[in-house]
Amino acid sequence: MSETETIKFSAETEALMKSIITRYPEGKHKSALLPLLHIAQADTDGWLSVPVMNRVAEILNIKPIEVYEVASFYSMFHLEPVGNCLIEVCRTSSCWLRGAYDIVQHIENRLGIKDGETTPDGKFSLRTVECLGSCGTAPMLQIGETYHENLTKEKVDALLEENKSRTTHSRYVDHTTFRTL
Amino acid sequence: MQRKLLLEHIDVPGIQTYDVYRSKGGYASVEKALKTMTPDAVTEEVKKSGLRGRGGAGFPTGMKWSFLAKPEGVPRYLVCNADESEPGTFKDRYLMEHIPHLLLEGMITASFALGAHTSYIYVRGEFFYIIRILEKAIAEAYKNGWLGKNIQGSGFDHDIYVHPGAGAYICGEETALLESLEGKRGNPRIKPPFPAVKGLYDCPTVVNNVETIAAVVPIVNNGGEAYAAIGIGKSTGTKLISASGHIKKPGVYEIELGVPVEEFIYSDAFCGGILNDKKLKAVVAGGSSVPILPAELILKTANGEPRLMTYESLADGGFATGTMLGSGGFIVMDESASIVHNLYTFTRFYHHESCGQCSPCREGTGWMEKILHKILDGHGSSTDIDLLWDIQRKIEGNTICPLGDAAAWPVASAIRHFRHEFEAYVNHPKQQHVVSYYDHCHNLATAEV
Amino acid sequence: MAKVTIDGIEIDVPDGTTILQAARMIGPEVAPPTMCYHSKLKTSGGYCRTCLVEVTKGSEKDPRPMPKLVASCRTNVMDGMVVTNGLSEKVQDARAGVVEFLLLNHPLDCPICDQAGECHLQDLSYEHGHYNTRTDFERRTFEKIDIGDTIQLHMTRCILCYRCVKVAEQITDGRVHGVINRGDASEISTYIKEAIDNDFSGNMIDVCPVGALTDKTFRFKSRVWFTKPVDAHRDCDKCSGKVVLWYKGDDVLRVTGRKDQWGEVEEFICNTCRFDKKKTSDWTIEGVREISRHSVISANKYKKLVKPKRLTINDIKALPE
Repeated sequence: MSETETIKFSAETEALMKSIITRYPEGKHKSALLPLLHIAQADTDGWLSVPVMNRVAEILNIKPIEVYEVASFYSMFHLEPVGNCLIEVCRTSSCWLRGAYDIVQHIENRLGIKDGETTPDGKFSLRTVECLGSCGTAPMLQIGETYHENLTKEKVDALLEENKSRTTHSRYVDHTTFRTL
Repeated sequence: MQRKLLLEHIDVPGIQTYDVYRSKGGYASVEKALKTMTPDAVTEEVKKSGLRGRGGAGFPTGMKWSFLAKPEGVPRYLVCNADESEPGTFKDRYLMEHIPHLLLEGMITASFALGAHTSYIYVRGEFFYIIRILEKAIAEAYKNGWLGKNIQGSGFDHDIYVHPGAGAYICGEETALLESLEGKRGNPRIKPPFPAVKGLYDCPTVVNNVETIAAVVPIVNNGGEAYAAIGIGKSTGTKLISASGHIKKPGVYEIELGVPVEEFIYSDAFCGGILNDKKLKAVVAGGSSVPILPAELILKTANGEPRLMTYESLADGGFATGTMLGSGGFIVMDESASIVHNLYTFTRFYHHESCGQCSPCREGTGWMEKILHKILDGHGSSTDIDLLWDIQRKIEGNTICPLGDAAAWPVASAIRHFRHEFEAYVNHPKQQHVVSYYDHCHNLATAEV
Repeated sequence: MAKVTIDGIEIDVPDGTTILQAARMIGPEVAPPTMCYHSKLKTSGGYCRTCLVEVTKGSEKDPRPMPKLVASCRTNVMDGMVVTNGLSEKVQDARAGVVEFLLLNHPLDCPICDQAGECHLQDLSYEHGHYNTRTDFERRTFEKIDIGDTIQLHMTRCILCYRCVKVAEQITDGRVHGVINRGDASEISTYIKEAIDNDFSGNMIDVCPVGALTDKTFRFKSRVWFTKPVDAHRDCDKCSGKVVLWYKGDDVLRVTGRKDQWGEVEEFICNTCRFDKKKTSDWTIEGVREISRHSVISANKYKKLVKPKRLTINDIKALPE
C-alpha cells in the first residue's frame, strides 16, 4: 500500500464532492474532509481503504497522512471491511438500564458472532457503540442511517430477517442526503 | 408545570414543513430583528432574557455574544453545536427532527445580532437522518427568501450550511468542534485564545447549542424581559429536559425552570413515576457528566428544602450533596439498578471518547474503566475503591478540556454516595446480581481467580 | 513589561512571555519540568501536563487566583502575577499524578533502552514519581517498526508529546507521519508503513523526550554515559553544521544536535551531518561539551573538576575567627 495508489469515484460522486467543497470559504476546502469521507465510504465498499482515502486527499489537495489521521479518529469511519449490514447497538447508561445487553446477547446468539465480529458470509457485522442520543427510546440500534428504537427481541428478529437478503451495504449517507448547491 | 415556548407548536401536523411553520408565526423574529432592530438591540434583549447556554455549561448567552471580537474586514461566524452526544441527552435531536425551522430561524436572528454572514450547524454524524431534515428545511428557507442575499429586502445576507460529524463525543467541546469543522481531528484547542477572538478559521466565532439558538426566537418575539419573567432567579425561561431510564414516560419535556424535581419525576405531565412502581434509587440529573445523587438528595437538598429544576437548586450543596443541571439529560434509576455497573458504562464511555491529547485523561479514563471492570468481575479489593477515588482526583482540573472533569465527577459522586455498593461488590462479589453479559473492552486483562 | 513572582522570586519579563519562559529565566530551581513543550517548535506544549503550576494571583488588575492549575508552557504572564511551582503542594500532587499516568503504559525497559541516561521521563519519574506502582493491568504494546533506514519507532515507549509530528510539519517539506487513532489507542504512525525520508527526519530522534524514536545507527552500541560528547562543526549547505559528536575511544558512535540546558535542541541538523559524517576528519572540533553535573552522562567526565586548593599561611591568616 502506498500514498500514490488511488481510485476514481463515479462522475456523480465527484460532482457531489465538488459541490460540498463550495460550502466552505476559499482556501478552507479541508473543512470538507468529514463529509467527503462519509460520501467516499458510502459510495465504495462501506469502508475506507487506503486508495479511497488517497483519492479524497487528492481531491482536497492535502497530504494523505492528514486524511489517515482524521479517518482513524472518528468512530463512524471504518478502516476495515464490515458486513453488508452493520448493526450498531447503543450500550451506554440509559440503554443499558433498559436492557441493551439482552438485545446484544440476542443478536449474538442469532447471528453466531460476538460484538465486533462479522458473520462468515459477510452479511452482518455487530458492534456495540456509545450513546447514540436516543436514550428516551431505549434500547436502540442503528443500521446505516436508520434508528431502530424501543427494541424488543421480536423487533430485532424482524430486522435481522429484513436485512438478511440485502445486496447493498448499509450506509449513513447517499446522494440525496445533502442539498446540492 | 409544562410551559411551551420552543415546543409550542410541536403537535401541529406538518410543523416540520415551511408552510405550516410559517402559518404558525414562524420567522417572525427574523422579520422583527431585521426590520425594526439593530444587531446590538437583539443582543441586548438576549442579555435581558438571562438566557444561559443550554448545552451544559450554563454560561450567559448574551455575555458570550458581547465577547465576540469585531475587527474590521474579518468575517465572523456563528456555529451551532448540534453534536448532541452526552449520554442521557436527546433534546436537540427531538427539536431538529420535529421543528427544524425553529433552529434555522434562531440561527438567522442570532447571526444578524452577531454580524455573521455564514453559519454552520455541526450535527453529530450518527444523526444523518436529521441532516436530511435540516437540509430540506434550509432549501425551503432559501426558496422563501429567509436565507441568501438581501433577506426579505433587509440588505442582510446569510448562508447556513450543515456539517456532519463522524462519531466523536469530544466534538461537543466547542474548540474540538471547530477543529473538526476545519477537517481535523477533534482535539480541543488550548485556551486562550477563546473562539470569540480566534475561532473558526481563526476568525471571531460564537458556538451555541441548538436549544440556546432556538430560545432566541421567543426572546426576540416577546422581548427579553418576558422571557426573564419565566423561571426562578437566574434560571430564566424554559428548558428541554431529556428524561430516560426507569420511568414510565421517557421523552423530551419542556419545563419552566423551577419545577420541583419530585413533581418532574412523579407527575403524569412529565415522567409519570418510576417504571413498575418500584422505588427511586438515584438520578443523574444533567447528563452523564454531572454527579449522581441518591433519591433523598435529588428530591430534597441537604437542608431539607425541595430540590427544584434550576441551575441553582440542583447545585445547592456543591458537589458534596448537590449536582448540576448540565444539559438536562435526566437519567432515573430504580432500586434494581447497580450504581457500580452504571458507572462502568459511563467510564467506558469517557475512555472511548477521550481524544488522547493530554495524559491524565488519555491514561486515567482507561485505567478507571479497567478497575471498575475488575470490581464488577468480582476481583476487586477495597484498595481499588480508594485507587479509583485517587485517580479521578488527579484527572479533575488537570486536563486541557472539560472531558477530564466529566469523566472524574461521575466516579467521585458514585463513590461519595454509594460507597457501600462498591464495598458489597468487593466483599461479596457472588451475592451481587450477575453481570449478565460480558463486556467487551479492548486490551483488558483482569486477574484470574 | 510584566512583573511576575514565581516561587517567591520576582522577575520582569516582556509582555507575551509564558510562565514557563519566565521561570526558566529565573533558573532551574523554579522552572517546571516539561515533556512536550519544545522552545524551537511552534504550538508545542500543553499536552503532557507536567508543567502545571498554580497561579495564586492572576494579575495586579485582577488579583483573583486561577481556579485550576495551568499549563505554564501555554499561559502568558500578566503584570503582578504570582505563581507557585515547587512551593505548591497542589502542583506537586498533580505532577506526581501526571508521572503516574505517563508511566501507566510505559514499558520501563530502561535497561535495554538507548535513551536511558538522557531520557526526560526518567528524570521526571526520579524527581516527581512514586517508588511503587499501583497498576497490575497489562500494558499497552506495539510492534517496533523501522521508519526509514536510520530511525526506529518503538511506539510502546511513546508518551504522545507530538514533538516529532511538529518537527515533520515545521522543518520538513512533506509530513508523512502523524498521530492516528484516538484516546489511549493513539499512536505515532505513517499508517501505511511508509518510510520517512527527508533531509531533516533525524531531528525527530533529538526531539523525542523518551526512547520512542531512536537512532538505528547507534542502536545498542553503548550506554550514553560511556560516551564522551564533543562539540564540533562543519560547513554544511543544508544546516548550521553545529553538532555534538559522541565518542567512545576514537570512534564517533553518533552525531546529534546540540541541546540547551533544558534538553531542547538549539539548532536542527540535517541527516548528512547526523548519519553520514562519522569520522573525526569530517569535523572541526571545538572542545568537550559541558554536561550538567546533574546528568548521569557527566559521570567519569572530569573536564570541570575543581581541584582542592592548597591553603597558604596567608589564606589561613585571612580566615575569620
